[in-house]
Amino acid sequence: MFGGRLDANSLGAIWHSGMKAAQAAHGQTLVFDLVQVSSGDMSGAAFLATLEKAHGAEAELIGAQEWLLALLKRARLASRAAARPEPRQRVGALDVAAAAIRLVAASISFIGEAVVAVCVLPRRHRMLRMPDLLGYVDQAGVRSLPLVLLLGFLIGLILAFQSAVPMRRFGADIFVANLVALSLLRELGPLLAAVILAGRTGSAYAAEIGTMKVNEEIDALTTMGLDPMTMLVLPRIMAAMLVMPVMTLALDIAGMLGMATVMRGFGFPLVTIARQVQNWVTAGDMYGGVFKAVCFGTAVAAIGCRAGLGTGVGPRSVGLSATAAVVGGIVATIVLDGIFALVLYRLKL
Amino acid sequence: MTDDSIINVQGVAQRFGSRTIFRDVSFAVHRGEVFVILGGSGCGKSTLMKQLIGLLRPSAGRIQVFDRTITGPDGDAALREVQRRMGVMFQSGALFGSMNLLENVMLPMEMFTNLPPDAREAVARVKLGLVGLSDAALLMPAEISGGMARRAGIARAMALDPPLLLLDEPSAGLDPITSAGLDRLILDLRQDLGATFVVVTHELASILAIADRCIMLDRAAYPDAGGAIAEGDPRTLRDTSTHPIVRAFFRREVPAAATA
Repeated sequence: MFGGRLDANSLGAIWHSGMKAAQAAHGQTLVFDLVQVSSGDMSGAAFLATLEKAHGAEAELIGAQEWLLALLKRARLASRAAARPEPRQRVGALDVAAAAIRLVAASISFIGEAVVAVCVLPRRHRMLRMPDLLGYVDQAGVRSLPLVLLLGFLIGLILAFQSAVPMRRFGADIFVANLVALSLLRELGPLLAAVILAGRTGSAYAAEIGTMKVNEEIDALTTMGLDPMTMLVLPRIMAAMLVMPVMTLALDIAGMLGMATVMRGFGFPLVTIARQVQNWVTAGDMYGGVFKAVCFGTAVAAIGCRAGLGTGVGPRSVGLSATAAVVGGIVATIVLDGIFALVLYRLKL
Repeated sequence: MTDDSIINVQGVAQRFGSRTIFRDVSFAVHRGEVFVILGGSGCGKSTLMKQLIGLLRPSAGRIQVFDRTITGPDGDAALREVQRRMGVMFQSGALFGSMNLLENVMLPMEMFTNLPPDAREAVARVKLGLVGLSDAALLMPAEISGGMARRAGIARAMALDPPLLLLDEPSAGLDPITSAGLDRLILDLRQDLGATFVVVTHELASILAIADRCIMLDRAAYPDAGGAIAEGDPRTLRDTSTHPIVRAFFRREVPAAATA
């Protein structure tokens, strides 16, 4: 028996008790006493239709007004049309393994496609647009310089300060200059530059290419006979390869200035610091760091572009791709760095 | 296969996992005609279009475009060859967001012709003028409405004057006047340049105005899948078809099966 208003606002209070009653009445005739119903809406009718469904048979209606009958008729029709259940898909270990294999395969094919695109570049040189490349260099390199300089300076400052305090107890604080310069040139410079690239540029690449994918722009390129790899991916990777050495060197220099600031504070004259660095640091250290930086940059940019091209459907997937680009870029950088450490050690460089 | 057919589709199907969108779709598009693919929402019109332009490999069947089989084992090579001869407009326009409209239209010319930059620009401005966008040439895609984006998409599809143009819902969401203008443009281009059009749409007025022939898809053509339920001149279909869904579509009625 229902009374009063039967609409979306009033249903909450009676939904569960109504459903229970309807299920309990299974096998008996369900009767809706609607005499007292003063007003209602489609939600109310949907409620009645759902009750009938839970019960299993159409109910007997008492005192329903014409408008309510019409609403209920529509609701019955609609709930019948929606009755076909979606088959539920269970995700098993095999599906996860298959997805992982697909991901690896996609990455391998991406690398293959990129290599092919480089090989046939002379034939497709028109598709590599110089203004685009310069734009990416500006976006990835020039605009990140303030951040690179600030971060480098602070890292040099912190590193020098943190190591100078304990080393001073052993009278070894002059070697802080070697420590900071070496670790910046060989390790921290390329690593931090790559992290900045992953956060600023890798994610931007993924978002840009991902948005193009969602907007059918990649499809449009393909149907025009233009190769997305050559037009979108190669210039971005090239830009990253070009800017990374500069970013790394800028970070190195800023870091050493930070270190010098601390050392000056501890009373060492600039000449002493410079001499110390000159005597202990070789050009090889710097070249090694720059080489590493180019490799990191390539990896970060490629992962960003790959994440963008792998974007699914809808705006949400663009965000997922950008996240994947940052995480993938940083992880790849650190893994590569580990490999470099091992190889350089073996080569005694 | 008749001599003048530009597209020949034989028994194509598309499956996504266990779901079959449509199967056994066959038709031919002849040189110089406006062929419309029509049907209700979700019946696979755009999917069929993607197969025609080579973005989707059909699960079964064969598609020939300009006498080249784009679904066979050497389909990719054939596709690259025919892609230069067709212009495609996507549902959203698919303009390149980093370029203004003029640059969007100029891009295909820059890639595939030896026109000097000023000639490219002049030609691109004419193409934009044809779709009524002369004033918007320097706007970015983000600054224009959906209808303008779609018209710019048509201008870009026409950039290289391809003999075959494929348009995915060109007039969806446009006001009746602009929509009629687009229909006029399609008919003019067909007449003046002899271009062949494949248009995906469900705009009734547009279909009756431009289509020489059409194929109608429906989700419930087969018990297990969608497919073609009618083919021919849309005016004849409207007047003589006995198929309940075809009749309902052309009369804008709710088909009997849905109200029972």
